[in-house]
Amino acid sequence: MLNKINQAQDILDATCKSIGRQINIMEVCGTHTVSIFRSGLRSLLPENLRLLSGPGCPVCVTSQDYIDIVLELADRDDCIIATYGDMIRVPGKAGSLETKQSKANIRVVLSSEDALQLAKENPDKTVIFIAVGFETTTPASAVAVKEARADSIENFCILSGHKLVVPAMRALLSGKNNKIDAFLCPGHVSAIIGYGAFREIVEDFNRPCVVAGFEPLQIIETLAEICKQLLENKAELKSLYGAVVTEQGNITAQKIVEDCFEPIDGYWRGLGKIEASSLGLKREYSKYDAFKRFNITEKSSEEIKGCRCGEVLCGLIEPHECSLFAKKCTPIKPVGPCMVSSEGACAAWFKYGRQGNNNDNR
Amino acid sequence: MCLAIPARIIELEGDKAIVDAMGNRFKAKTTLLPDAKLGDLVLVHAGFAISRVDEEEARKTWELFSEIEDLNAE
Repeated sequence: MLNKINQAQDILDATCKSIGRQINIMEVCGTHTVSIFRSGLRSLLPENLRLLSGPGCPVCVTSQDYIDIVLELADRDDCIIATYGDMIRVPGKAGSLETKQSKANIRVVLSSEDALQLAKENPDKTVIFIAVGFETTTPASAVAVKEARADSIENFCILSGHKLVVPAMRALLSGKNNKIDAFLCPGHVSAIIGYGAFREIVEDFNRPCVVAGFEPLQIIETLAEICKQLLENKAELKSLYGAVVTEQGNITAQKIVEDCFEPIDGYWRGLGKIEASSLGLKREYSKYDAFKRFNITEKSSEEIKGCRCGEVLCGLIEPHECSLFAKKCTPIKPVGPCMVSSEGACAAWFKYGRQGNNNDNR
Repeated sequence: MCLAIPARIIELEGDKAIVDAMGNRFKAKTTLLPDAKLGDLVLVHAGFAISRVDEEEARKTWELFSEIEDLNAE
Protein backbone atom coordinates (compact mmCIF):
# COMPACT_ATOMS: atom_id res chain seq x y z
CA MET A 1 0.00 0.00 0.00
CA LEU A 2 2.74 2.43 1.04
CA ASN A 3 4.65 1.54 -2.09
CA LYS A 4 1.62 2.35 -4.26
CA ILE A 5 1.11 5.65 -2.46
CA ASN A 6 4.78 6.51 -3.06
CA GLN A 7 4.42 5.68 -6.77
CA ALA A 8 1.28 7.82 -7.11
CA GLN A 9 2.98 10.61 -5.18
CA ASP A 10 6.03 10.47 -7.51
CA ILE A 11 3.76 10.80 -10.56
CA LEU A 12 1.89 13.68 -8.91
CA ASP A 13 5.15 15.45 -7.98
CA ALA A 14 6.60 15.14 -11.48
CA THR A 15 3.35 16.26 -13.15
CA CYS A 16 2.92 19.29 -10.89
CA LYS A 17 6.56 20.26 -11.46
CA SER A 18 6.04 20.16 -15.23
CA ILE A 19 2.85 22.24 -14.96
CA GLY A 20 4.95 24.83 -13.14
CA ARG A 21 2.19 27.06 -11.80
CA GLN A 22 -0.25 27.11 -8.89
CA ILE A 23 -2.89 24.38 -9.33
CA ASN A 24 -6.19 24.52 -7.43
CA ILE A 25 -8.33 21.39 -7.18
CA MET A 26 -11.63 21.58 -5.36
CA GLU A 27 -13.26 18.67 -3.54
CA VAL A 28 -17.02 19.02 -3.18
CA CYS A 29 -17.68 16.33 -0.62
CA GLY A 30 -17.29 16.68 3.14
CA THR A 31 -16.29 13.05 3.46
CA HIS A 32 -13.40 13.68 1.05
CA THR A 33 -12.37 16.74 3.10
CA VAL A 34 -12.17 14.66 6.26
CA SER A 35 -10.44 11.72 4.55
CA ILE A 36 -7.81 14.04 3.04
CA PHE A 37 -7.04 15.70 6.38
CA ARG A 38 -7.22 12.56 8.49
CA SER A 39 -4.86 10.60 6.27
CA GLY A 40 -2.31 13.42 6.26
CA LEU A 41 -2.44 13.55 2.44
CA ARG A 42 -2.08 17.34 2.44
CA SER A 43 1.43 17.07 3.82
CA LEU A 44 2.41 14.87 0.84
CA LEU A 45 1.18 17.29 -1.81
CA PRO A 46 3.56 19.22 -4.04
CA GLU A 47 4.07 22.88 -3.07
CA ASN A 48 2.15 24.21 -6.07
CA LEU A 49 -0.92 21.97 -5.60
CA ARG A 50 -3.62 23.39 -3.40
CA LEU A 51 -6.78 21.56 -2.38
CA LEU A 52 -9.84 23.73 -1.86
CA SER A 53 -12.68 22.40 0.28
CA GLY A 54 -15.81 23.41 -1.59
CA PRO A 55 -19.50 23.33 -0.73
CA GLY A 56 -19.58 19.61 0.04
CA CYS A 57 -20.88 19.55 3.58
CA PRO A 58 -24.70 19.79 3.61
CA VAL A 59 -24.83 21.36 7.05
CA CYS A 60 -22.31 24.02 6.00
CA VAL A 61 -24.15 25.09 2.85
CA THR A 62 -27.59 25.23 4.47
CA SER A 63 -28.74 28.85 4.62
CA GLN A 64 -29.00 30.79 7.86
CA ASP A 65 -32.71 31.33 7.17
CA TYR A 66 -33.34 27.57 6.93
CA ILE A 67 -31.61 27.09 10.32
CA ASP A 68 -33.75 29.85 11.85
CA ILE A 69 -36.92 28.27 10.40
CA VAL A 70 -35.96 24.95 12.02
CA LEU A 71 -35.42 26.68 15.37
CA GLU A 72 -38.79 28.43 15.15
CA LEU A 73 -40.55 25.16 14.35
CA ALA A 74 -38.78 23.56 17.33
CA ASP A 75 -40.63 26.00 19.61
CA ARG A 76 -44.00 24.56 18.64
CA ASP A 77 -45.50 22.23 21.22
CA ASP A 78 -47.60 20.41 18.65
CA CYS A 79 -44.59 19.22 16.65
CA ILE A 80 -41.64 16.84 16.94
CA ILE A 81 -38.45 17.78 15.09
CA ALA A 82 -36.69 14.71 13.70
CA THR A 83 -33.19 15.54 12.53
CA TYR A 84 -29.91 13.96 11.52
CA GLY A 85 -27.38 14.53 14.30
CA ASP A 86 -25.28 16.83 12.09
CA MET A 87 -27.82 19.64 12.42
CA ILE A 88 -28.08 19.68 16.20
CA ARG A 89 -25.30 22.16 16.97
CA VAL A 90 -25.67 24.58 14.04
CA PRO A 91 -26.19 28.05 15.50
CA GLY A 92 -29.07 30.24 14.40
CA LYS A 93 -30.33 33.59 15.66
CA ALA A 94 -31.92 31.93 18.68
CA GLY A 95 -29.36 29.35 19.81
CA SER A 96 -29.27 25.90 18.26
CA LEU A 97 -31.34 22.72 18.45
CA GLU A 98 -28.85 21.57 21.06
CA THR A 99 -29.64 24.49 23.35
CA LYS A 100 -33.34 23.74 22.93
CA GLN A 101 -32.81 20.05 23.52
CA SER A 102 -34.19 20.24 27.05
CA LYS A 103 -37.46 20.20 25.19
CA ALA A 104 -38.53 16.65 24.55
CA ASN A 105 -39.66 17.40 21.01
CA ILE A 106 -36.23 17.27 19.34
CA ARG A 107 -35.17 13.80 18.29
CA VAL A 108 -32.03 12.70 16.52
CA VAL A 109 -32.67 10.04 13.87
CA LEU A 110 -30.32 7.98 11.72
CA SER A 111 -32.77 7.59 8.87
CA SER A 112 -35.91 9.11 7.38
CA GLU A 113 -37.54 5.77 8.26
CA ASP A 114 -36.96 6.49 11.96
CA ALA A 115 -38.69 9.85 11.52
CA LEU A 116 -41.67 8.15 9.91
CA GLN A 117 -41.77 5.65 12.76
CA LEU A 118 -41.88 8.57 15.24
CA ALA A 119 -44.95 9.86 13.41
CA LYS A 120 -46.64 6.45 13.77
CA GLU A 121 -45.82 6.35 17.48
CA ASN A 122 -46.97 9.94 18.17
CA PRO A 123 -50.29 10.40 16.37
CA ASP A 124 -51.13 13.56 18.36
CA LYS A 125 -47.99 15.41 17.14
CA THR A 126 -46.77 16.44 13.69
CA VAL A 127 -43.33 15.04 12.97
CA ILE A 128 -41.20 17.41 10.87
CA PHE A 129 -38.22 15.67 9.30
CA ILE A 130 -35.32 18.09 8.72
CA ALA A 131 -34.44 16.82 5.27
CA VAL A 132 -30.99 18.14 4.44
CA GLY A 133 -28.30 16.57 2.30
CA PHE A 134 -27.10 16.18 -1.23
CA GLU A 135 -28.18 13.62 -3.81
CA THR A 136 -26.92 10.71 -1.68
CA THR A 137 -29.42 11.49 1.06
CA THR A 138 -32.43 12.75 -0.95
CA PRO A 139 -33.72 9.30 -2.01
CA ALA A 140 -34.21 8.34 1.66
CA SER A 141 -36.46 11.39 2.15
CA ALA A 142 -38.38 10.57 -1.02
CA VAL A 143 -39.03 6.99 0.11
CA ALA A 144 -40.35 8.23 3.48
CA VAL A 145 -42.72 10.69 1.79
CA LYS A 146 -44.01 7.99 -0.57
CA GLU A 147 -44.52 5.61 2.34
CA ALA A 148 -46.33 8.28 4.36
CA ARG A 149 -48.71 8.77 1.44
CA ALA A 150 -49.19 5.03 0.83
CA ASP A 151 -49.90 4.37 4.53
CA SER A 152 -51.96 7.58 4.99
CA ILE A 153 -49.69 8.90 7.74
CA GLU A 154 -51.01 12.44 7.93
CA ASN A 155 -48.87 13.73 10.82
CA PHE A 156 -45.57 13.50 8.91
CA CYS A 157 -43.92 16.14 6.77
CA ILE A 158 -40.44 17.13 5.63
CA LEU A 159 -38.68 20.49 5.52
CA SER A 160 -36.73 19.93 2.33
CA GLY A 161 -33.34 21.61 2.28
CA HIS A 162 -32.01 19.04 -0.20
CA LYS A 163 -29.40 20.46 -2.54
CA LEU A 164 -27.92 19.57 -5.92
CA VAL A 165 -24.15 19.47 -6.41
CA VAL A 166 -23.85 20.25 -10.13
CA PRO A 167 -25.67 23.65 -10.06
CA ALA A 168 -23.36 24.71 -7.19
CA MET A 169 -20.29 23.71 -9.22
CA ARG A 170 -21.61 25.74 -12.15
CA ALA A 171 -22.21 28.74 -9.87
CA LEU A 172 -18.68 28.51 -8.48
CA LEU A 173 -17.15 28.37 -11.95
CA SER A 174 -19.27 31.31 -13.07
CA GLY A 175 -17.88 33.43 -10.21
CA LYS A 176 -15.37 36.03 -11.41
CA ASN A 177 -12.78 35.29 -8.73
CA ASN A 178 -12.85 31.54 -8.95
CA LYS A 179 -9.48 29.85 -8.96
CA ILE A 180 -10.70 26.31 -9.60
CA ASP A 181 -8.73 24.28 -12.15
CA ALA A 182 -10.53 20.97 -11.65
CA PHE A 183 -12.90 19.02 -9.42
CA LEU A 184 -12.34 15.93 -7.33
CA CYS A 185 -15.93 14.74 -7.64
CA PRO A 186 -17.91 13.18 -4.80
CA GLY A 187 -18.05 9.38 -4.52
CA HIS A 188 -21.41 8.66 -2.95
CA VAL A 189 -23.32 11.47 -4.65
CA SER A 190 -22.05 9.88 -7.86
CA ALA A 191 -23.31 6.45 -6.74
CA ILE A 192 -26.79 7.97 -7.08
CA ILE A 193 -26.51 10.46 -9.98
CA GLY A 194 -23.79 8.61 -11.93
CA TYR A 195 -20.49 10.13 -12.99
CA GLY A 196 -22.11 11.13 -16.28
CA ALA A 197 -23.83 13.96 -14.38
CA PHE A 198 -20.55 15.89 -14.33
CA ARG A 199 -20.14 15.81 -18.12
CA GLU A 200 -21.73 19.27 -18.42
CA ILE A 201 -18.99 20.73 -16.19
CA VAL A 202 -16.28 19.20 -18.38
CA GLU A 203 -17.94 20.29 -21.61
CA ASP A 204 -19.27 23.73 -20.62
CA PHE A 205 -16.35 24.88 -18.47
CA ASN A 206 -13.46 22.79 -19.75
CA ARG A 207 -12.50 21.54 -16.28
CA PRO A 208 -11.38 17.97 -15.50
CA CYS A 209 -13.86 16.10 -13.30
CA VAL A 210 -12.71 12.86 -11.71
CA VAL A 211 -14.74 10.82 -9.20
CA ALA A 212 -12.86 9.21 -6.32
CA GLY A 213 -13.67 6.90 -3.43
CA PHE A 214 -12.45 7.75 0.05
CA GLU A 215 -9.34 5.65 0.44
CA PRO A 216 -6.14 7.79 0.55
CA LEU A 217 -4.45 5.87 -2.29
CA GLN A 218 -7.42 6.42 -4.58
CA ILE A 219 -7.57 10.11 -3.71
CA ILE A 220 -3.89 10.61 -4.53
CA GLU A 221 -4.27 8.62 -7.78
CA THR A 222 -7.22 10.84 -8.66
CA LEU A 223 -5.18 13.98 -8.03
CA ALA A 224 -2.42 12.55 -10.25
CA GLU A 225 -4.98 11.82 -13.00
CA ILE A 226 -6.36 15.38 -12.78
CA CYS A 227 -2.86 16.91 -12.92
CA LYS A 228 -1.97 14.73 -15.90
CA GLN A 229 -5.00 16.12 -17.74
CA LEU A 230 -4.07 19.69 -16.78
CA LEU A 231 -0.51 19.15 -18.02
CA GLU A 232 -1.84 17.90 -21.35
CA ASN A 233 -4.38 20.75 -21.49
CA LYS A 234 -7.22 18.26 -21.45
CA ALA A 235 -10.47 18.19 -19.53
CA GLU A 236 -11.95 14.71 -19.21
CA LEU A 237 -14.62 12.96 -17.22
CA LYS A 238 -13.48 9.87 -15.32
CA SER A 239 -14.29 7.74 -12.33
CA LEU A 240 -11.68 5.86 -10.35
CA TYR A 241 -14.39 4.61 -7.97
CA GLY A 242 -15.42 1.79 -10.29
CA ALA A 243 -16.40 -0.56 -7.48
CA VAL A 244 -19.33 1.64 -6.58
CA VAL A 245 -20.00 4.30 -9.24
CA THR A 246 -21.38 3.77 -12.75
CA GLU A 247 -21.92 6.32 -15.49
CA GLN A 248 -25.72 6.17 -15.11
CA GLY A 249 -25.86 5.88 -11.31
CA ASN A 250 -28.76 4.36 -9.39
CA ILE A 251 -31.70 4.77 -11.75
CA THR A 252 -34.27 3.44 -9.26
CA ALA A 253 -33.20 6.10 -6.75
CA GLN A 254 -33.25 8.83 -9.44
CA LYS A 255 -36.83 7.85 -10.45
CA ILE A 256 -38.07 7.88 -6.85
CA VAL A 257 -36.56 11.34 -6.34
CA GLU A 258 -37.97 12.64 -9.64
CA ASP A 259 -41.40 11.34 -8.69
CA CYS A 260 -41.46 13.35 -5.42
CA PHE A 261 -39.24 16.38 -5.98
CA GLU A 262 -38.63 19.12 -8.53
CA PRO A 263 -35.72 21.57 -8.78
CA ILE A 264 -36.42 24.96 -7.23
CA ASP A 265 -34.22 27.99 -6.60
CA GLY A 266 -32.02 27.29 -3.61
CA TYR A 267 -30.31 29.48 -1.01
CA TRP A 268 -26.72 28.51 -0.22
CA ARG A 269 -24.45 29.87 2.43
CA GLY A 270 -21.70 31.77 0.66
CA LEU A 271 -23.12 31.25 -2.80
CA GLY A 272 -26.49 32.95 -2.27
CA LYS A 273 -29.43 32.11 -4.49
CA ILE A 274 -28.75 29.56 -7.23
CA GLU A 275 -31.38 28.78 -9.82
CA ALA A 276 -32.76 25.22 -9.74
CA SER A 277 -30.25 24.07 -7.14
CA SER A 278 -32.54 22.78 -4.39
CA LEU A 279 -35.29 20.20 -4.38
CA GLY A 280 -38.84 21.01 -3.32
CA LEU A 281 -41.68 18.51 -3.03
CA LYS A 282 -43.98 18.38 -6.06
CA ARG A 283 -47.54 19.67 -5.80
CA GLU A 284 -49.00 16.16 -5.45
CA TYR A 285 -46.97 15.69 -2.28
CA SER A 286 -47.63 19.16 -0.85
CA LYS A 287 -49.47 17.65 2.11
CA TYR A 288 -46.07 16.38 3.28
CA ASP A 289 -44.29 19.67 2.65
CA ALA A 290 -43.53 21.47 5.93
CA PHE A 291 -43.03 24.78 4.07
CA LYS A 292 -46.62 24.58 2.77
CA ARG A 293 -48.12 23.07 5.92
CA PHE A 294 -46.78 25.89 8.11
CA ASN A 295 -46.92 28.55 5.39
CA ILE A 296 -43.20 29.35 5.50
CA THR A 297 -40.90 30.56 2.72
CA GLU A 298 -37.14 30.34 2.76
CA LYS A 299 -35.55 33.70 1.96
CA SER A 300 -32.06 34.96 1.43
CA SER A 301 -30.53 35.73 4.78
CA GLU A 302 -27.78 37.71 6.40
CA GLU A 303 -24.89 35.62 7.51
CA ILE A 304 -23.28 35.70 10.94
CA LYS A 305 -21.22 38.87 11.51
CA GLY A 306 -17.49 38.32 11.05
CA CYS A 307 -17.96 34.70 9.94
CA ARG A 308 -16.27 33.94 6.62
CA CYS A 309 -17.69 30.43 6.10
CA GLY A 310 -19.15 31.61 2.79
CA GLU A 311 -15.74 32.49 1.38
CA VAL A 312 -14.28 29.24 2.74
CA LEU A 313 -17.03 27.28 0.96
CA CYS A 314 -16.25 29.01 -2.33
CA GLY A 315 -12.55 28.21 -2.01
CA LEU A 316 -11.70 31.94 -1.87
CA ILE A 317 -9.95 31.79 1.50
CA GLU A 318 -8.59 29.07 3.75
CA PRO A 319 -10.10 28.73 7.24
CA HIS A 320 -7.08 30.23 9.04
CA GLU A 321 -7.57 33.46 7.05
CA CYS A 322 -10.80 34.13 8.97
CA SER A 323 -10.10 36.28 12.03
CA LEU A 324 -12.52 34.23 14.16
CA PHE A 325 -10.79 30.92 13.36
CA ALA A 326 -9.44 29.15 16.45
CA LYS A 327 -10.08 32.29 18.50
CA LYS A 328 -13.78 33.12 18.82
CA CYS A 329 -14.74 30.12 16.68
CA THR A 330 -13.72 26.64 17.84
CA PRO A 331 -15.39 23.21 17.67
CA ILE A 332 -16.47 23.59 21.31
CA LYS A 333 -17.99 27.01 20.69
CA PRO A 334 -18.55 27.26 16.95
CA VAL A 335 -19.67 30.52 15.32
CA GLY A 336 -20.12 29.27 11.77
CA PRO A 337 -21.35 25.98 10.34
CA CYS A 338 -17.99 25.00 8.81
CA MET A 339 -16.72 24.69 12.38
CA VAL A 340 -19.84 22.87 13.63
CA SER A 341 -19.91 19.94 11.30
CA SER A 342 -17.11 17.42 11.61
CA GLU A 343 -17.09 17.49 7.80
CA GLY A 344 -16.68 21.25 7.66
CA ALA A 345 -13.44 22.68 6.32
CA CYS A 346 -12.87 24.81 9.45
CA ALA A 347 -13.39 21.87 11.82
CA ALA A 348 -10.97 19.74 9.76
CA TRP A 349 -8.36 22.54 9.75
CA PHE A 350 -8.79 23.01 13.47
CA LYS A 351 -8.50 19.31 14.25
CA TYR A 352 -5.74 18.32 11.89
CA GLY A 353 -4.10 21.64 10.99
CA ARG A 354 -1.27 21.65 8.49
CA GLN A 355 2.34 21.81 9.40
CA GLY A 356 4.22 24.59 7.73
CA ASN A 357 1.07 26.56 7.10
CA ASN A 358 0.22 29.92 8.50
CA ASN A 359 -2.47 28.88 10.92
CA ASP A 360 -3.00 29.31 14.60
CA ASN A 361 -3.57 25.70 15.35
CA ARG A 362 -0.07 24.31 15.43
CA MET B 1 -22.71 13.35 5.78
CA CYS B 2 -22.54 11.31 2.61
CA LEU B 3 -20.69 8.62 4.52
CA ALA B 4 -21.77 5.13 3.48
CA ILE B 5 -20.80 1.83 5.05
CA PRO B 6 -20.32 -1.45 3.17
CA ALA B 7 -22.44 -4.19 4.73
CA ARG B 8 -23.63 -7.69 3.84
CA ILE B 9 -27.33 -8.51 3.66
CA ILE B 10 -27.90 -11.33 6.14
CA GLU B 11 -31.69 -11.23 6.35
CA LEU B 12 -34.12 -9.96 3.75
CA GLU B 13 -37.91 -9.73 3.76
CA GLY B 14 -39.44 -7.57 1.06
CA ASP B 15 -37.30 -4.42 1.13
CA LYS B 16 -36.44 -4.75 4.82
CA ALA B 17 -32.98 -6.11 5.46
CA ILE B 18 -30.67 -6.80 8.35
CA VAL B 19 -27.10 -6.10 7.31
CA ASP B 20 -23.74 -6.85 8.89
CA ALA B 21 -20.74 -4.51 8.82
CA MET B 22 -17.66 -5.65 10.71
CA GLY B 23 -19.84 -7.68 13.09
CA ASN B 24 -22.27 -4.81 13.73
CA ARG B 25 -25.80 -5.66 12.68
CA PHE B 26 -28.39 -3.08 11.83
CA LYS B 27 -31.54 -2.49 9.78
CA ALA B 28 -31.41 -1.20 6.23
CA LYS B 29 -33.89 -0.96 3.41
CA THR B 30 -33.28 -2.15 -0.13
CA THR B 31 -36.00 0.03 -1.74
CA LEU B 32 -33.35 1.79 -3.86
CA LEU B 33 -31.71 -1.50 -4.91
CA PRO B 34 -34.74 -3.65 -5.70
CA ASP B 35 -32.77 -6.62 -7.05
CA ALA B 36 -30.52 -6.92 -3.98
CA LYS B 37 -30.32 -10.48 -2.70
CA LEU B 38 -29.41 -12.25 0.50
CA GLY B 39 -25.60 -12.33 0.83
CA ASP B 40 -25.03 -9.25 -1.36
CA LEU B 41 -22.54 -6.63 -0.27
CA VAL B 42 -24.08 -3.17 -0.42
CA LEU B 43 -23.19 0.40 0.59
CA VAL B 44 -25.58 1.67 3.25
CA HIS B 45 -26.27 5.39 3.68
CA ALA B 46 -28.85 6.84 6.10
CA GLY B 47 -30.59 3.49 6.46
CA PHE B 48 -30.76 2.68 2.74
CA ALA B 49 -28.64 0.46 0.50
CA ILE B 50 -27.61 2.82 -2.31
CA SER B 51 -25.33 0.67 -4.45
CA ARG B 52 -23.54 -2.64 -4.69
CA VAL B 53 -19.92 -2.88 -3.70
CA ASP B 54 -17.32 -5.57 -4.39
CA GLU B 55 -15.47 -7.62 -1.77
CA GLU B 56 -12.18 -5.79 -2.20
CA GLU B 57 -13.68 -2.32 -1.86
CA ALA B 58 -15.69 -3.41 1.19
CA ARG B 59 -12.59 -4.86 2.84
CA LYS B 60 -10.58 -1.70 2.16
CA THR B 61 -13.32 0.53 3.61
CA TRP B 62 -13.72 -1.67 6.71
CA GLU B 63 -9.95 -1.48 7.26
CA LEU B 64 -10.14 2.31 6.97
CA PHE B 65 -12.96 2.41 9.53
CA SER B 66 -10.97 0.25 11.98
CA GLU B 67 -7.95 2.54 11.58
CA ILE B 68 -10.15 5.56 12.29
CA GLU B 69 -11.62 3.84 15.36
CA ASP B 70 -8.09 3.07 16.59
CA LEU B 71 -7.07 6.67 15.98
CA ASN B 72 -10.10 8.02 17.81
CA ALA B 73 -9.44 5.66 20.71
CA GLU B 74 -5.93 7.04 21.13
